[in-house]
Amino acid sequence: MIRSQVLVCGGTGCTSSGSKKIQEAFKKSIEENGLSGEVKLVQTGCFGLCALGPVVIVYPEGTFYSQVKPEDVEEIVSEHLLKGRVVERLVYNETSVPKEELQGGVSLNDTDFYKAQHRVALRNCGVINPENIEEYIAMDGYAALGKVLTEMTPEQVIEEIKKSGLRGRGGGGFPTGVKWSLCAPNKADQKYVVCNADEGDPGAFMDRSVLEGDPHCIIEAMAIAGYAIGATKGYVYVRAEYPIAVARLQHAIDQAHEYGLLGKDIFGSGFEFELYIRLGAGAFVCGEETALMTSIEGNRGEPKPRPPFPAVKGLFGKPTVENNVETFANVPQIILKGADWFASMGTERSKGTKVFALGGKIKHTGLVEVPMGTTLRQIIYDIGGGIPNGKKFKAAQTGGPSGGCIPASLIDTEIDYDNLTAIGCMMGSGGLIVMDEDTCMVDIAKFFLEFTVDESCGKCTPCRVGTKRLLEMLDKITSGKGTLEDIDKLEQLCLYIKANSACGLGQTAPNPVLATLKFFRDEYIAHVVDKKCPAGVCKDLLTYTIDKNKCIGCGLCSRNCPVSAISKTDYVAEGHKLPSYEIDPDKCIKCGVCMANCKFSAISKQ
Amino acid sequence: MKSLAELQAIRDKMKDKVVIREGTNDIRVVVGMATCGIAAGARPVLNALVESVNELGLSNKVTVSQTGCIGICQFEPVVEVFEAGKEKVTYVKMTAEKAKEVAESHLQGGKVLTEYTLTEGEL
Repeated sequence: MIRSQVLVCGGTGCTSSGSKKIQEAFKKSIEENGLSGEVKLVQTGCFGLCALGPVVIVYPEGTFYSQVKPEDVEEIVSEHLLKGRVVERLVYNETSVPKEELQGGVSLNDTDFYKAQHRVALRNCGVINPENIEEYIAMDGYAALGKVLTEMTPEQVIEEIKKSGLRGRGGGGFPTGVKWSLCAPNKADQKYVVCNADEGDPGAFMDRSVLEGDPHCIIEAMAIAGYAIGATKGYVYVRAEYPIAVARLQHAIDQAHEYGLLGKDIFGSGFEFELYIRLGAGAFVCGEETALMTSIEGNRGEPKPRPPFPAVKGLFGKPTVENNVETFANVPQIILKGADWFASMGTERSKGTKVFALGGKIKHTGLVEVPMGTTLRQIIYDIGGGIPNGKKFKAAQTGGPSGGCIPASLIDTEIDYDNLTAIGCMMGSGGLIVMDEDTCMVDIAKFFLEFTVDESCGKCTPCRVGTKRLLEMLDKITSGKGTLEDIDKLEQLCLYIKANSACGLGQTAPNPVLATLKFFRDEYIAHVVDKKCPAGVCKDLLTYTIDKNKCIGCGLCSRNCPVSAISKTDYVAEGHKLPSYEIDPDKCIKCGVCMANCKFSAISKQ
Repeated sequence: MKSLAELQAIRDKMKDKVVIREGTNDIRVVVGMATCGIAAGARPVLNALVESVNELGLSNKVTVSQTGCIGICQFEPVVEVFEAGKEKVTYVKMTAEKAKEVAESHLQGGKVLTEYTLTEGEL
């Protein structure tokens, strides 16, 4: 009889920090200690606290071990599993729950990271073994599909999704139920359901985690969508860079076939559904729905003008519904628990929860899921643990290269689709990159623009040529050659590109520039007028200087300078024995090596 | 899959195996499993409790876990039952048979088996 279960995270984050070795060590140690009949080892998907991987959770206590190394495993087995003594030094225990209320140590449910979250799309991630269909079924898996096929008409399904207020989680925020209802009445010999798993925003990885941690819920949701709109075939378009996600999804599809949950006559209802995986080669534009479908058809991934909309003429020219992974992940729960349950979470016009991928200058990088309307402050400080090294929060970038930044002054904004749009940002797929006082906002805008310039498919001129010109202007500004006129021109061109590009990529590409111009125009002006980078990032605007009175003349900087820009002077400071050094600004390449090496803090940059 | 009943059968079969991970149960049963406890025979007690709880279908209500030394080594094996809003009950000198009785009478029936609990006179 199993009395204890050891869950080891097998998501991409923990796999790359060595969780495979941890699993093997547990397997060996459990056998050696004769616990095979009492303790079960389970590989799960991503739990979310990727910064502290590899992550191991021991149930029934719910003890949360972080940053486990293979050599720690023996101790966990012999102490915790054998003798019931939690290995305190490995426990992640950041919690604000008073000690006296905790029985038997900190469980993961008590940690601040977990407590403020509300998991719907991620509910099974880090809980079930994604390679075991029966564990998914135990968590009410495929019950929603069963309910839909035996009790509901397609119209009722669409009505339920409409009523729930679910909106597209890929970024656009289009109401999912409406999308389905636009496709359902269209007559055709074949219709398709497409799942967009071409997660391209730098920093976002919630779709990958759902596919890795709970692949069956996507299969179930796509089958439900197929029933609702009258489609019998579905495609999941997933990046080839996600090998674990692809393998688990394929495994899940095979299992679903074996159990008769895909294929012909599912639940004896006569409904049939087939699912195929198509791998993307990593082009950002293929996350745009028409480009994605073009790519599935075997053509070069380029967007098509709309109308005709995919609901009328989509994949292979047939009516198609395309939704994002996270959108689908909500569907089975809405069917099971009802539209009212889902609509009870969130804000007036944005219902349910949203998954965010926390990254950048934040303590707990990872995945969190919170109800819509949660403030940025709660996400960054209560869940994310705040900014490391005591630095000040400056801004957060939402929506990756298509989004904008939320400045510190708006940290109490309740995050939902409409509030973000109102301040010139967008929800995007949910990447949330946190920036501190050491980040230059002009440099950040340039970084994202470099990405879109690379990723523009080149089909339409505003995007292909316009973004390149934007980047050149930003280059000019960050190298200290910009004028105030350039800032105005930059803004005009941004608006032009937004208005005239063919697809979402071009229409949103200028957003990082516009948002930083709106909230941090003073930084642009400092670059142009004062020729200074306030955050000390833009190399061309920096000068390194040696404080001749602090310099003791050890010469370490001079020996390490790669371009021999540092030389000895005649000046000997009071109390020092050796002459101080100085930097020749004409030779200096601003690499910062001297400053990093100086043990006397005599070198500064500004 | 031809029917909902088939799906239900798999769910019922598997439910007990994953419910342990939800960790939201009302009753927590803790077995002292330090060296003293193990030496006195806590392992069969723990296993008997886990089995009984499953057989009685209580796994969505009762969590059985282990803990370290409770501090009363001469009374090992020790089993403690925590229930929200109620005083902690401590069973001492347990055996696998007594553990089964506790599961049936206390965990299922709600009746504390006072003959196995620690009384003040003994301490």
